[in-house]
Amino acid sequence: MSAQPSRSLAKLATRQARLAWLLMTPTMAVAAVVALYPAVTTVYRSFTNDTFGGTSHWIGLDNYTTLLHDAAFRSATWITIEFTALTVAVEAVLGMILALTLHTSFAGRGAMRALLLVPFAIINVISASIWKLMFNQSYGVFNDLLVGKLHLASQPIDFFGTRTTALLSVSAIDVWKTTPFVALLLLAGLQTIPADILEAAQVDGAGPIRRFFSITLPQLRPALLVALVFRTLDALRVFDVFYVLFGARADTTTMSIYIEQNIVDFGKAGYGSAISVVTMLLIAVFVALYVGLNARANR
Amino acid sequence: MTDTLNRQASPTTGPRRRRRSPAARIRRLLLYLLVLMIAVFLLFPIYWAAKTAVSPDQEIYATPAAYLPHQFTAQHFTNALSDPRFLRSIVNSLIVGGCVTAISVLLGAFAAYALGRFEFRGRSLMRYVILAMSIFPQIAILGSLYKLLTATHLYNTLPALIGTYLIFILPFTVWTLASFFQQLPKELEEAAYVDGASAMQTFWRVMMPLAAPGIAATAILAVIAAWNEYLFALSFESDSSNWTVPVMISNVGAQSSAYTIPWGDEMAASLVVMVPVIALVLLLQRRIVAGLTGGSVKG
Repeated sequence: MSAQPSRSLAKLATRQARLAWLLMTPTMAVAAVVALYPAVTTVYRSFTNDTFGGTSHWIGLDNYTTLLHDAAFRSATWITIEFTALTVAVEAVLGMILALTLHTSFAGRGAMRALLLVPFAIINVISASIWKLMFNQSYGVFNDLLVGKLHLASQPIDFFGTRTTALLSVSAIDVWKTTPFVALLLLAGLQTIPADILEAAQVDGAGPIRRFFSITLPQLRPALLVALVFRTLDALRVFDVFYVLFGARADTTTMSIYIEQNIVDFGKAGYGSAISVVTMLLIAVFVALYVGLNARANR
Repeated sequence: MTDTLNRQASPTTGPRRRRRSPAARIRRLLLYLLVLMIAVFLLFPIYWAAKTAVSPDQEIYATPAAYLPHQFTAQHFTNALSDPRFLRSIVNSLIVGGCVTAISVLLGAFAAYALGRFEFRGRSLMRYVILAMSIFPQIAILGSLYKLLTATHLYNTLPALIGTYLIFILPFTVWTLASFFQQLPKELEEAAYVDGASAMQTFWRVMMPLAAPGIAATAILAVIAAWNEYLFALSFESDSSNWTVPVMISNVGAQSSAYTIPWGDEMAASLVVMVPVIALVLLLQRRIVAGLTGGSVKG
């Protein structure tokens, strides 16, 4: 492209670098305005008693000490973590079963793989309301199955009645909605495992379970890790399903709902920001945990 | 299977099991049973939504539940489609989704081109910035965005959503497009350079057309993500004329008490919104899977 080939490669490299930065600029500018600036002001505001509109004063760590004694915050953190642990574990196992099943060859496999995309294409709010209808205590289909058809329960279950049943119900919706996504990632991973390794192991007399644990699972680790990280981060910031199902109910308020309440409903910008910072830190801890685990397994 | 093959296989029962031994048949049967269960798991909620949408009210609230619709009605669809607020919310969602996707794809393609095709100092740092942005909890900056939007008089307008949705859609677009760009053969780019094209000409005339399928998949995924968003739409739009589909649908249920939720209308509205998206996703399934799994599957 240069008129004189003697103009060194180094010059080309500088020009490429300059162009690369130029191309990055619009994205970085957007990131600075909509992500970096709000993030920095959130941290700053968490040390103030800002209430939107009112005056705002630096109050040091007061918001954080209040947080320590805030039972509602503790409850929100706890239910968020429980939800995350439960759904991510179930989704990993179910996703693996789905992926392994859809990796074997059978008639209609292509169609089945396509079906994995169906729950993904549905808006969270809509899937939550469909399940809300199915969970209904008096005319919901689940109670009809459990009581009327399978006789597993003597009377209709109030699925949203207690904190535990509510948590299990909402987890079922998340599992339905996102297990296919985990399965897709694992399926992509399965397709990269060379078939001859598995065949060689079979010839050597390794059974299917042995083959899974000593070949398939280690080979799938990167794909599984990516899926788990994505799911964990998503679950930790869960808002939609809980909000649609239970609204502002105290015992099912997740961290995200608690932040939204404090900021939008109560206008407590300072306190809400402090909760936001703790949420960010919690998510950072989980990311570090995964990265650390991965590094250790790679050694 | 022909006779010769059978005869060959049967007397010499070597270590390899015959293809259609009883055990293999049972395994086959179990596999199809598992596949059937997966299909039911994935599709039942959608079937139930569709069944509810076409059933008259007395059948929706009947116990025991009717698993097949006995009578059909179009009333729920008529109700949903004659509700101007619902139609308005679809238009709003289309405007927001369309604008944010167009901006993200344009800006994101520049950045992705730089990240995917250029070697420059700071590239890996930029990749980390993009990744950090995409796992960033949006809820954590809710308060700051709220302030930013009120200060710029964008609160309660559709541009408020277009701007804030860039937080999660732009990094996703950059990430996915970068992996598509990376897969393109280097020879084509080099040929363009040799022919005297500048870097930007190469980008517009060679790389963009080649990446078109990847861009299409990324755009669909971006639209779905925007279409799905609930928290910002709920927090930044107080006026019902600015509501997007998720806010509209969740409000239908929330306004009524548990026993009077107009399930038929709500499910009809849900179907109107989700069926086109499901159809689109199924139509473009291969590309979408490639986009979702970071381009690790051939699209």
